[in-house]
This record gives sequence, structure tokens and C-alpha cells, in this order.
Amino acid sequence: MGDIVLQILNGLDKGSAYALIALGLTLIFGTLGVVNFAHGALFMLGAFVTVTFTNLLSFERVTLSETETTAWGSPLEIREPVLQAWFGDFGLWLIDYSVLVSILVAIPIMFIIGVVMERGLIKHFYSRPHAEQILVTFGLAIVLQEIVRTFYGANSISQSAPDALRGMMDFGVVLGFEPGMVPYPTWRFVYFFFAVVVIGGVFAFLQFTTFGMVVRAGMADRETVGLLGIDIDKRFTFMFGLAATVAGLAGVMYTPILSPNYQLGMDFLVLSFIVVVVGGMGSLPGAVAAGFLLGILQSFASMNEVKEIIPGIDQIIIYLVAVIILLTRPRGLLGRAGVMED
Amino acid sequence: MFGSKISDTTTLILFVIVVALIPLLAAPLGAGYPALMQFFAIFGILAIGFNILFGLTGYLSFGHAAFLGVGSYSAVWMFKLLSMNVIPALILSILIAGVFALIIGFVSLRRSGIYFSILTLAFAQMSYKLAYSVLTPITNGETGLQLALDDPRILDSARTSGQLPTPNLFGLDMNATRVVDVLGLEVQLNFGYFFSAAFLVLAFWIAMRIFRSPFGLMLKAVKTNQNRLNYTGVNTRPYTLAAFVISGMYAGLAGGLLACMDPLAGAERMVWTASGEIVLMTILGGAGTLLGPIIGATVIKFAEAKLSKFNEGVVHGWFDFLPDGLADVLTWVVAKFVGDGWHLTLGLVFMLVVTFLPGGLVEGARRIGGYLGRRGQKEDLEQLGSNVQGGKTTAAE
Amino acid sequence: MGILEVQNVNKRFGGLQALDDVNLNVEENTVHAIIGPNGAGKSTLLNCFVGRLTPDTGTVMFDGQSLIGRKPHEINQMGVSRVFQTPEIFTDLTILENVMIPSFAKRDGAFKLSPFAAVKAESAIRDHAEDMLGQVGMLEKRHMVASAMSRGDKRRLEMAMCLAQSPKLLLLDEPTAGMARADTNATIDLLKQIADSRPITFVVIEHDMHVVFSLADRISVLAQGHVIVEDHPSNIKGNPKVREAYLGDAHE
Ligand SMILES: Nc1ncnc2c1ncn2[C@@H]1O[C@H](COP(=O)(O)OP(=O)(O)O)[C@@H](O)[C@H]1O
Ligand SMILES: [Mg+2]
Repeated sequence: MGDIVLQILNGLDKGSAYALIALGLTLIFGTLGVVNFAHGALFMLGAFVTVTFTNLLSFERVTLSETETTAWGSPLEIREPVLQAWFGDFGLWLIDYSVLVSILVAIPIMFIIGVVMERGLIKHFYSRPHAEQILVTFGLAIVLQEIVRTFYGANSISQSAPDALRGMMDFGVVLGFEPGMVPYPTWRFVYFFFAVVVIGGVFAFLQFTTFGMVVRAGMADRETVGLLGIDIDKRFTFMFGLAATVAGLAGVMYTPILSPNYQLGMDFLVLSFIVVVVGGMGSLPGAVAAGFLLGILQSFASMNEVKEIIPGIDQIIIYLVAVIILLTRPRGLLGRAGVMED
Repeated sequence: MFGSKISDTTTLILFVIVVALIPLLAAPLGAGYPALMQFFAIFGILAIGFNILFGLTGYLSFGHAAFLGVGSYSAVWMFKLLSMNVIPALILSILIAGVFALIIGFVSLRRSGIYFSILTLAFAQMSYKLAYSVLTPITNGETGLQLALDDPRILDSARTSGQLPTPNLFGLDMNATRVVDVLGLEVQLNFGYFFSAAFLVLAFWIAMRIFRSPFGLMLKAVKTNQNRLNYTGVNTRPYTLAAFVISGMYAGLAGGLLACMDPLAGAERMVWTASGEIVLMTILGGAGTLLGPIIGATVIKFAEAKLSKFNEGVVHGWFDFLPDGLADVLTWVVAKFVGDGWHLTLGLVFMLVVTFLPGGLVEGARRIGGYLGRRGQKEDLEQLGSNVQGGKTTAAE
Repeated sequence: MGILEVQNVNKRFGGLQALDDVNLNVEENTVHAIIGPNGAGKSTLLNCFVGRLTPDTGTVMFDGQSLIGRKPHEINQMGVSRVFQTPEIFTDLTILENVMIPSFAKRDGAFKLSPFAAVKAESAIRDHAEDMLGQVGMLEKRHMVASAMSRGDKRRLEMAMCLAQSPKLLLLDEPTAGMARADTNATIDLLKQIADSRPITFVVIEHDMHVVFSLADRISVLAQGHVIVEDHPSNIKGNPKVREAYLGDAHE
């Protein structure tokens, strides 16, 4: 029993990331009708906003010690983060919590990147075939990841979670198991919690604001909404920015789980696309549900007991599920009729 | 093609001449070495095959690299088990890739549009992941499949020397190269290149026949209006499946040839970005046109070879005539686009082509050609008719 | 025995009963018109004949064989062609190629792998296609790309495409919708001439009464998914039920 809970938990962090990326993909597809292959790159950019931000925060200044000397008799160099020098303990706290603090920076940056992307490129592809949308955004994804590579190199850059959230927590105790049965890294729990909040926020925004209502109406029937004289395009641009922000934040928070490199986006993109298709193209709840579902399935498939029965299943489970779903339920789990069919 | 006035026979003859002269034409550009010229021919074959599917039917496969990989593995296994002669290796490459394409195509073609793309992507990724994990006995995992001295090679006579054998055609070595001096220019005549080029010509000829056949016409009709075709009494599924299998076999041949030139096979050949590169070559040259994909493949392989070789020092040399500071700045910027950064250039060019020239380089050449003269010859343009339409990359839906 | 026999066909879209116990009997070599106000279910009914939709219940027999559950291409191969309400043609191909494709389909069946044959060498197919284009008056435009044509021409092209297959049954969904009077009259003449020159059965959906009464041998009136009257044209005009069905329909 503890094992099963542990596998579900293990699937949650990946599932959360899939859900967040897929949510943005679906928003973009549903509102703008655009298939965005550069969405994984946004996830990656988010991660690198954090990397950059942490680097800036940890910027050190070097002073020469007045009392101590090195073995060679020269004064000892003292390296000290500038922030510490300026703010003392608060500075150290900032550095420790850089991943969380970088959320504040990432929100405007990712939003602006999203809006620029939409206005500068995607806009011109609304009425062009899906194949061309795929191709141009694929090109953009390559460009974005190569830009990151020129500045950060090809190696993964590790990023640590705040000290207080670094260890393991005994999740089993919460559920009434024996202590020590379900150890779970605290940060993964934080990630899951964060994803739930973001997803909830996006849904609430769409559900309870007039803005969201118009967007939902536009997703259902763009032309009619346009006829009402509502400037739906502007709202859709905003939605693109929002989707980019969600993907970016997913990347920001993922950095302590997986050290980002420039290819991070591509790896997640393919999986997220599959998540979208499994959930049902154009269905937001479908995307979220499928994200968690596939994350958890993947985690179960990686159990040794399962791998012994079907070797290699952990590697292909997601793709396999996608194939089966597409063939039996072309609309996906929760998809609307007629989206991209016929 | 560039104009309706050039007949297919003429095109084919010109094509053969150009292909035969590549060692001479490429030499002054610094591209006349065997490995690169072989790439021109082999990736040309790959792109022609991809174009038969994508260019004609509009079905965008994002998993074609899987067939390339399958072809390579098959060939290397043939080298290990049977003989270093390339003929059995290539036959097996084509056959196995064909079988794979039949299975994957049969399933994937039940859906169209983006769903088809995702299905092919999923299958290719499965192949890739399995090649790295469970299938290691067949693929040799990350190391890649290589020749070994103690391979059975039951048809070949036992070798006494301690060297690995090389792929050959009845004794003619693929890497046999003769250097001739043409007006002071060192021209490398490599057997492997001419061998691949022969297949390129064959592949081109077959593609040309398909383009001009009723079968090809049906494929074009699938791209424009699959629905109408169904109500016209045509069962589109076997047509698209045939196109898929043919294009998979082309990719298998290309994979087999890669292994013939360099007898090792690795899973990275199947990763989905490799599939993306195939799409890219086809689009860059001009999907749906006969020559476009070959041009696209050549341009990309050439650019890759050239750009990835430049480093900062070389770039700085270009700007030596400028004042120091300016030269440094320019070097810094340009260096980002060459060497390791050549993918950046590739991505940018790709975006520009899709945005402004969805018909690819061939379309660009045609526009320039049309601009330079030939106005008022309306009928001529109409004659081109459906051939002109290659630029449209509508996904079949 | 009619060539097309429709019995008790029902089709529901969610809460909407689009076809309500429809019965229809089309005699061979006649022109059978189906009229009715917008949304009456006329197109839905045609969709049930060509395999686009499957009726929830009921039977559709063509030439003694059931059409239910057959694929569109199978039904076409049996001799049923259809002209759509909005023209469905191969826009990227030339007009001639557009007509050659159905000719190939007629000759070669639903699938034939012929990668090494040359379209150019198929003179019989081309002559036949050109003949069809001549009949609809489009021969000179045959090398034009189809997307460049006017809507009226697209319709005539689609007609030529269907005729090229010499179908036993030709289904026409509002063939004159949106046409000017002159074009409408030309279409009527064309259809009459086709009907007179060969054995062929027409099912025509039409809005335009002028067209219906110039062509039809028999008329079924569809309202809210139900056939309210089926009769000879002369009996339809004065029928109070028909008038009632059309009352309030802005188009008439
Ligand atoms: N695929 C469908 N799904 C849902 N409703 C449909 C569908 N096709 C047609 N309808 C509805 O069925 C009714 C009949 O439509 P149709 O057959 O097109 O009418 P007509 O051709 O007589 O004008 C209309 O109310 C239409 O909205
Ligand atoms: Mg209708």
C-alpha cells in the first residue's frame, strides 16, 4: 500500500509539469487555433530565468583580508555575495530562496516573451495550415534553445531548492502510515502544490472574470464573439502571454528537480503534446487530467515489478497510451467533437 | 521543376550530369571530400522519399528518422552476419524499413492532420527509447552497433589480418578514393559517392515517375481534398499507406547507405529532432517539387559542414580589415551563428523560409525567374498547373 | 421497384430529430426533387445515402443493395455520385486533372497501384474528361488551376466530375443556389440535356421552385425531418400542406 502511494507521489511532480505545459498548449490551441511547437522552449526559458536570476543574486565581491594572509604571504581573498554585504542575513535568505523569489521576476519576463512571440510571429500564422504552424514554431524552438546554449553552454546547471525545503518529508505519516514508509522529497511536494495553485488560478480566472468568460466564448465560437464587436484578438494575445507565463513558471520551479540544460524544452514538448492529445485537443480539464494521469502511469511503469513483466515499458508507456487513445478515442479523454477533425 | 518547357528526360539527363560532376563542382567550395559528398547523395534520397509522402499527400510525418535508423541497423547486422558486400545489406535495409513503415503507417494513417503527426512522432520515440533500453542486444545501446573481428560473416572468407573489414561492392571498397588533378584542383573521386549517387539517380527517377503517374495524381488529390476523393470512389487509405511505405523504404535505403559508408549504427539517428531535420530539408528546398528536397538536403548538409567548422579565430580573420573594436564586436556576433552555433542559423533560416517562402528555394527561384522575364506567358504558367502548387504544405485533414 | 428505396429512416443529432421516419421511392431514370424549408433535413438525408452519415434506424436500398454501413468510396463505386452544396473540388489541381481523377476511379476501381504509368499516356481517360468538360462548356479552361475559378464554374466542374463516372444515380444538393437567373437557366438546360441523353436518375435538392418545376418528375416535400407529401409536380403546387410548411420561410 505504501508502495502504491509512493508511486503516485513520484508521478505527481512530472505530472504537474506535464499538466502545466499542456494547459498552456491547450490555451493557445483553443484560443488562437495555433499548434505551438515552441511551447517547450518557454518551459526551458523559465528555467533559465531562474538560473540567471540566481547567478545575479549570488554575485560575489572580493575583498582583501586585512588580518589573514595566505601561505604565500599575500592577503587572503574574501569572497562574499554582494547581497550579503548589503543586507546581511536578509541577503543570504534571498540567495537561499532564489528559486522562489525568481517567480516574481519570471512572471513579467515570460509574459512579455509570450506577447512578443504572439505579436511578432504567431499572429501571422493564424490562417495558415497547421503544418506550417508546426514548422515555424519548431524553427523558433531551435532558435530559442540555441540562443540559450550560446550563453549557458550545453551542460546542465544545477540549482538548489531552499535549505528548508531540500530534504525529505515523511508523507506517509500524513496519510496514517507508519513513519518512514513513504519518504518524499519536500520540494516535489512544493512543486505539486504550486502546480495546483497555478492551475486553479487559471481556471478561476477563466471561470469567474468577464475577461475569462469572453475568452471561453471565443474558444467555443470565435466568429460569433467577433461579431459582437468584442476585440477578441487582444484578449487572445493576453492568453498567449498567460500560457507562456504558466509554462515559464513550470520551468522555474522545476529547476531543483532536474538541472536544466538548453534541450530541456524539447524533451518536455513532445511529452506535453502527447498529453494534450490524450486529454483531448482544446480541452483544458482534459489537458490537466491527462498530465497527472500520464505522470503517474509513467511512475508506475518504472516500478521494478512492472519492468520485470514488460521490459522497457517505463520508456514507452506514454507513447503507447497515446497511440491507444488516439486510435480508440480520437477526440482524447475529454475532447470536444470536431476539433481538428475533418 | 523550373519550367514546363524542360521535358522530364532532359531534366533527368541534366540531373545525372550534375550528380556526376559533383566531385568537380564541390572541390572549389571545399566540399569535395568523400564523407560530405556521400551525405549529399544519401540525404538527397532521404528527402526525395519524405517528399513522396509529405509533398504529395500533405501528411506530415514527424517520425521518419526511425526508418533511417532501422535501415542502418539492418545493414550493419547484415555486415556482421552475412557479408561485407553492400547488396544484401541494402536489400535488408529497404525491406525491414518497409515492414516497419507498413505497421506504423497502417496505424498512424487512421488519423490525419496533427493527430497523424503526433502518432508518427510517438512511434519514432518508442523506437528510439527501446533502442536504448530493451533492444540493446540488437542495437548495442548507447555504444551503437559496430563491426567486430569475430563476427560470423558466413559468406566472406576468413580474414587473417587483424583489421576490421570494410563494406564493398564485390570487392570494390566504398572508401576507395582516387585523387585526380584537374587544372590544379584536387578532385576526389570516391567510389562510395558514386555508388550512392547511382541510387540517388534511381530514387529521383522513381520519384519522377510517381509524380507523373495516376497514382501520384491521386496522392496530390489526397492533399487538396481527401474528402472529395472518397466521394469520388477512391479508397484513400491504401494510397496514403503506399506512399508512406514507399517513403519509409527510401529512408531505409538512406539508412543502409549511411551504414555502407561508415559501418556503425546508433539510436541517435532516430531521435525526433533528426526527423525534424528531414522535414526541414524538404521544406527548405520546396515540398511537392521534384528537385526541391534534393537541393534542400544538399544546402543543409553543406551549410552544416561549413558553418560548424568555423571558429572564432576564422571569423575574426574575416573582419581583420576593420578597426579592432568593431572587428571584435562583429566577430562576437557572427561567431554565435557558426561553429557549434550553426543550429541557430539553421533555425533562423528555417523560420524565414516557412514564413516568407513556404514553397522553399525552388519557389524562390521560380519567382525570380518569373520576375526576370516570361511575363505574359500566361498559358505557360497555367500549364505548370498542379506542379506549381508544391509550395502549399496543407496538412491533410 | 425503384432504384433508390428509403424506408423509415431516422436520424437524431442530440435533441434534434433531423430525420423523422423518412420514406422515399425514386424510380429509375427519373428526376426526383426534394424540397423543403431550410433546416428541414434535406442535406442530412443525402448524407445518409453517400455514407457520410449512418441513419439511426431504417433502410436505404440502391439497386437492390443496402447502402447502410458502406464507406463513401464503396457507394460511389456502386454508381452513386454526389454534387455538394458548397462545391467540393481539387482546388490545387487543374480543371482537366479534376475530371480525370473520377475517370480513373471509375476505370481502376477504389485503389490501383500504378506508380510507373504516365498520366500523359492515358489518352482515353483524357479524351473522356475533355468530352465531359465540353459538355459543361469548360473545355477551353481545362489547364487552369481550379482554385482560380468562379463559384459557378466550380459547380459546373463538380458536375462534370460526377458525369465523368456515368453514375446510375446522381445526387445534387442545391445545384443552383446563389446563381444568377441566367446561370440557373443554363444549369436547368444542362441537367435536362443530361437526363435526356443517357440513362441516369437524379435526386435534386432544390430551393428554387422554378428549377424544381422545370425538371422534376416527382417531388417529395420535407419539413422538420418528415416527408409531408410525395407527389407529381402538378399536384404539389396547390397543396395546402406544402404552403403551410413554407409559410414564414424567408427565402421563398
Ligand atoms: N452533423 C450535425 N450535427 C448536428 N446537427 C446537425 C448536423 N448536420 C445537420 N444538423 C442539423 O440538422 C438539421 C437539418 O440540417 P440539413 O439537413 O442541413 O438541412 P437542409 O439541408 O434541409 O437545409 C439542421 O437543424 C441542422 O442544424
Ligand atoms: Mg442543405
